[in-house]
Amino acid sequence: MAIQKPDTMFKNIDHKPPRKDWMDVPADIKPGRYCYAAGPEPLEYVGMPNPRKWDPLDKDWKLPENWENTIITGMKERLEKYRSFKIFMDICVRCGACADKCHYFIGSGDPKNMPVLRAELLRSIYRGELTTAGQILGRFAGGRKLTEEVLKEIWYYYYQCSECRRCSIFCPYGIDQAEITIIGRELLNLIGLNIGWIAQPVANCYRTGNHLGIQPHAFKDMLEFFCDDIEEIYGIKPEPTFNKVGADILFVTPSGDVFADPGTYTCMGYLILFHYLKEEYGLDITWSTYASEGGNFGLFTSHEMMKRLNAKMYMEAKRLGVKWILGGECGHMWRVIHQYMDTMNGPADFLEMPISPITGTRFENASSTKMVHIVEFTADLIKNGKLNLNKSRNANVRATYHDSCNPARGMGFFDEPRYVLNNVIDTFHEMPQGTTKEQTFCCGGGSGLNAGENEEIRMMGGLPRANAVKFVHDKHDVNMLSCICAIDRATLTAMVDYWVPGVQVCGVHELVGNALILPGEHERETDLRGETLPGKEEE
Amino acid sequence: MKAIYSLFLVFALILLAMIGAGTLGMEYLFGVIIPYLAVLAFVVGFMLKVIGWGKSAVPFRITSTCGQAKSFPWIKENKLENPSSTWGVIGRMFFEVFLFRSLFRNTKVEIHDGQRIAYSSSKWLWLFAILFHYTFLVIVLRHMRFFTEPVPYPFVLLDRLDGMLQIGAPVLYISSLIILAALFYLLLRRLLIPSMRYISLPSDYFPLFLIIGVVITGILMRYFLKTDIMAIKELSMGLVTFRPVTPEGIGVIFFIHLFLVSVLLFYFPISKLMHMGGVFLSPTRNMTGNTRMVRHVNPWNYPVKVHTYDAYEDEFREKMVEAGLPVVKPLEEKSENAENKE
Repeated sequence: MAIQKPDTMFKNIDHKPPRKDWMDVPADIKPGRYCYAAGPEPLEYVGMPNPRKWDPLDKDWKLPENWENTIITGMKERLEKYRSFKIFMDICVRCGACADKCHYFIGSGDPKNMPVLRAELLRSIYRGELTTAGQILGRFAGGRKLTEEVLKEIWYYYYQCSECRRCSIFCPYGIDQAEITIIGRELLNLIGLNIGWIAQPVANCYRTGNHLGIQPHAFKDMLEFFCDDIEEIYGIKPEPTFNKVGADILFVTPSGDVFADPGTYTCMGYLILFHYLKEEYGLDITWSTYASEGGNFGLFTSHEMMKRLNAKMYMEAKRLGVKWILGGECGHMWRVIHQYMDTMNGPADFLEMPISPITGTRFENASSTKMVHIVEFTADLIKNGKLNLNKSRNANVRATYHDSCNPARGMGFFDEPRYVLNNVIDTFHEMPQGTTKEQTFCCGGGSGLNAGENEEIRMMGGLPRANAVKFVHDKHDVNMLSCICAIDRATLTAMVDYWVPGVQVCGVHELVGNALILPGEHERETDLRGETLPGKEEE
Repeated sequence: MKAIYSLFLVFALILLAMIGAGTLGMEYLFGVIIPYLAVLAFVVGFMLKVIGWGKSAVPFRITSTCGQAKSFPWIKENKLENPSSTWGVIGRMFFEVFLFRSLFRNTKVEIHDGQRIAYSSSKWLWLFAILFHYTFLVIVLRHMRFFTEPVPYPFVLLDRLDGMLQIGAPVLYISSLIILAALFYLLLRRLLIPSMRYISLPSDYFPLFLIIGVVITGILMRYFLKTDIMAIKELSMGLVTFRPVTPEGIGVIFFIHLFLVSVLLFYFPISKLMHMGGVFLSPTRNMTGNTRMVRHVNPWNYPVKVHTYDAYEDEFREKMVEAGLPVVKPLEEKSENAENKE
């Protein structure tokens, strides 16, 4: 579906809400803003409720019998299981501080994309169905009944939230819309309301170990293909190991890096780094075809599904007998690892305290979960002078850095990537204040919304990020948007093409790979993308 | 419309007190019974609500991190915005509860021509919110002189400080002015800013009008419709010493004031005003951000169905062997127990 031109889209932004009360404005499900529903197969594979073929544009969503009761009971259960949910349902004062913080609202102007109203969609059901005041006073107490129309509205808008948590940092009570969306989607999944772009990766990940459904032999092939490419550029071919029992470290990264540009270049960066560490220091890092996914679309489905998919990392680390786990560049993967994994699938008492065998640094901040972020791992190597780097091989790059939502607001991972970047490139410019670090903006396609059919809302939601990129592009001629998230690499590419043509997207380890001097390499003519290095142009 | 309903409701409450305590002379009901019930409802309701929240589990540590996490010794940790220790959490909560830290972060988005979006600092809401809350606190504390005999010095001092402008007789309280300004700011932004009007519910206007009603009746009583202050103190002392009396000569305006306060107390525990208690329990703010360092335990964690390596290898063994990937079981034999396990 063709969408408007960027300047038309920008001009049409209107933040003025309609005159009618929001409870009287039914959700109009617009093509370009919703993702297709999941077919029955992926749901059947993992045993999720109400598998069937359905279309959100149809009047009949083929809901199971007694669905109202399922949702209300599910809500009650979750109010007991999650204090967060209970408090967030009770204490919002609708001060409006969050209203203009959501990228989807800024770009679309749809008032139900204001986080406060997105939450009210569910809160009104809570009040109307589960509180005495709401049951008696109805709308005067802000309550409404759960009808099919209301349900459709919740589905539509809960799949227009990317769980980025930007609103939560502005809320005076710390109300986190991501948490409400996570639980809202969990409720919707109880009656089979989902989107295909999440359900299919979940089923794939359960079966093959990764979202893209890459089978073991193909996974190995793909990585070896990258090794061939590296050989062409460096004259040296890395030889990664797979499923190796007794390796030092297990490496897990999002499968997006294995599959699609420009993540593939980041993946080459990992391969180059690991080869270097093997040659120079004898470090044995292995890849797993079974735990071949760092990302976790279970997080976008239900807490239970998140746990089911995440379990593979520890299970595989235990089976292979590695010392600890190293994780690649990915946003929501790190939200899960940092804030959920140990609690859900730990304790990881079969692993050792993560210590870098090369520098001797103890990763105290990962002492319980025993999983280290590759960017902190590399930062430590650089700090201790263990990498032989040549910045001039990134001389084509004038970079800025996009803080991915989850490492930003779910970890506080700010200085490590900047430290690495400053050691591998010469030209770096920060985007304007208010758009970076804890106030960073989503790429527009997080939380499983990076589909093709919802392009319009993705471009609208990507606008705040893109606009900050445009600022440094215009002012400092920035041509590279670096990030540490696989979904970012996939979605930002299309998004900057639309809003800021002339800027490319890369992972931090692509730039590390470019700068790293491999022992015995031949003189390099190009970077990992095959672009000629400055000074190497043919006369 | 939502605002008008709420306003009418407050007028109706005023009328009720006027007729009840004034015309019908039910001073004991409005001066003693209702206030007692209101305090009881407030205390019990508040406690039940907080206990209800407390009973819900905290399965995950979902801290919103607003600063650099604890990392290497050579990276500066932001101990307040992303605490890794209990002291850090206490500090963060102090700034949150007493200084409205998150609201202080507020920005306003502006869409400009030429495809430019700007975010400017916007602290008015923070300013008026903090003015409102602190003057409300001052007013509550200054009312303690009605409930104590002799009046402890801190309350006397507070009363003097509040009246230090020395204007008029009785002297004008600064807090009376500030709270009215703050309340009208909070009300007008809801009424005049289109997006605020859109998200506001009757339950947002009602407490505003109710508190405005309380403040205005209080001001009327003090400065304009002079009431017998000694008689009021006799009543209030009677209430706190559980020897309730309703002395003669207390104007009806006092009963209206007291009734509105009583309604506020009744309404408090079942309304959004419970943010007063909830702010302390919000899991994104009152927990440490060092989840990888210190394991958090989920009290209801349960085993789930997972896809085991054995089941995976069984499905792909042939392809794995062909690709030269190591396998646990040789090609021919199928492993036992390769079913998915709980």
